[in-house]
Amino acid sequence: MAVRAADLQTPGRPLRAARLRLTGFFWSHPWTKALLLLGPPLLAFGLVYLASLVALFVSSFWTVNPFTTEIEHAWNLGNFRTIFESPAYRTIAFRTIGIAAAVTITDAILAFPLGYFMARVARPRTRAMLFVAVLLPLWSSYLIRVYIWRLILDQDGILNWTLGKLGLGSVGLAYSNWAVWIIFSYVWLPFMILPVFGALERIPESLLEASRDLGAGGFQTLRRVVLPLALPGVVAGSIFTFSLTLGDYVTPLLAGGASSQFIGNVVYQSVGISNNVPFAAAFATIPLAVMAVYLLIARKLGAFEAM
Amino acid sequence: MATQAPARPGASSAAGAPAVRLTGIRRTYGEVVAIAGLDLDIADGEFFTLLGPSGSGKTTTLRVIAGFERPDAGHVELQGRDVTNVAPSERPVNTVFQDYALFPHMSVVENVEYGLRVKGIGRKERRERAEEVLARVRLPGLGARKPIQLSGGQRQRVALARAIVNRPPLLLLDEPLGALDLKLRQEMQVFLKELQRELGITFVYVTHDQEEALTMSDRLAVFNEGRIEQIGTPADVYEHPETEFVAGFVGVSNILERDGRRFIVRPEKILMTETGDGEAGVVKEVVYVGGFTRYIVDLDAGGELVVVRQNLESSSQDALEERGKRVRLSWRPEHTYDIGRDRA
Repeated sequence: MAVRAADLQTPGRPLRAARLRLTGFFWSHPWTKALLLLGPPLLAFGLVYLASLVALFVSSFWTVNPFTTEIEHAWNLGNFRTIFESPAYRTIAFRTIGIAAAVTITDAILAFPLGYFMARVARPRTRAMLFVAVLLPLWSSYLIRVYIWRLILDQDGILNWTLGKLGLGSVGLAYSNWAVWIIFSYVWLPFMILPVFGALERIPESLLEASRDLGAGGFQTLRRVVLPLALPGVVAGSIFTFSLTLGDYVTPLLAGGASSQFIGNVVYQSVGISNNVPFAAAFATIPLAVMAVYLLIARKLGAFEAM
Repeated sequence: MATQAPARPGASSAAGAPAVRLTGIRRTYGEVVAIAGLDLDIADGEFFTLLGPSGSGKTTTLRVIAGFERPDAGHVELQGRDVTNVAPSERPVNTVFQDYALFPHMSVVENVEYGLRVKGIGRKERRERAEEVLARVRLPGLGARKPIQLSGGQRQRVALARAIVNRPPLLLLDEPLGALDLKLRQEMQVFLKELQRELGITFVYVTHDQEEALTMSDRLAVFNEGRIEQIGTPADVYEHPETEFVAGFVGVSNILERDGRRFIVRPEKILMTETGDGEAGVVKEVVYVGGFTRYIVDLDAGGELVVVRQNLESSSQDALEERGKRVRLSWRPEHTYDIGRDRA
């Protein structure tokens, strides 16, 4: 007691008063705390992320003078006209979007049963082991995984060797759009499994019991209760798989064939080879626009309502 | 999909068979025994309550009847038909869940017509029956809302409507009023009882609230540690508890031992006077409860009794002044009931 009474008289007191004033200020101005907390990330987000997006968008309306190779800051739609009117660029855009959609659908179909098993059937130990199995590939380099798939799919690769041993002949998947589709589906699968697992885990058991109690069998329960409630997870996962595929250029370059060029490859060549940054910027806005449309459709379908 | 709903299993069962018959039901979770050998008959059209503290096995018993739990041993019969190995979706039973379990992505009316929908009943009939049932549970005009937009009491009634729209011969209710406030709970008790009488179907009701069990049930079973301690009408169980556990759980355990005799006497049957005959004691505690006052009296001969007295002409002040006073307690011999020991 004596010690505490003495404390109040010592130089600790002004410190305590300052502390009181400070906490009182934060208490009566709640937004200051939010500002302190969010300030740095907002600054980074605004400057680095949004500003570069704006720069990308603005420069897509510029052109390069073919003689001087100088960038001319005159607004025109020339780049976009080239993209939409040239059959080659149109094909590349459609191929990119088409394969991204195929990868997304493939991953959703693969991830759902696995996510369901992990979330609702597996015991904690099995679940933990499956988690490690799903995440383990992410620990190795993306490049290594693509090269390994090249070894598997090669004309003399593991796949054809196995098929040959089984007497099933061989398949010519190497350096084709099939290879690109298979590798993307493999590489992005964890990004679909995790959100789907999360959505399935959040469904209360009593909802499934109620469905069965009301006379629905397993399939009806899946269709009318489980799938609609897991949809936000599937959409979240599809945002990853779709946008990651849309923006990639390494897998098409390493494992694709002559006609496997993606938007990313054209962007890469436009910047690195033909030095046409405005055209690269214009082509790079296509995936952004596609994603924006995709998100709008997902919202229309009510994918975010149950979040 | 057939336009006609298939005949409900059990609908054509033998008349006179009990609505529910459980024989030798046993259910364990690893080391924990949830139900330890249980036999129970519930008659057709009965309001039957499973009463007990949490962990006593009453909810597990309900889930065994619904089919959500498979018993380790024993048989479940519904209307004379053995359904032990029948899936929950094929049992002539509907359940009102404790957390209501309403589908959050469906509107109220979609929730209610779910059972009709999965049976392939046409849209028009579905809507009509759903609206009719919603009106019956006094929720007309709320069909378009989502469950999240409803109050707790409204959700409870949607859950009820969703179950009874299927016209099951047997309705299971798992602590349906547990999350409601006292006033709403009392209203719903009356409403549920009326509904059961109107529908003429069997209700199996799980609760831990002894007052709820006594006011609503035709008969009740008192559960303790996976066993049934006693089955009987509310009056039976309240006035003639067979074990000390029942005496304590249903009502206040006013147990005395006198001359080698163990008996209970209910608080409202005791006459408390300042002088005269009866057991002498001291008022230890006074609890004023508005309409009545509860006195806890320490008896000179050992033991303690709770006495309840209506506040007919006394105020709270009068009642509280009784504390510490010497009193005499008397009761009629026919209001005492001998009880056995607990099954240990």
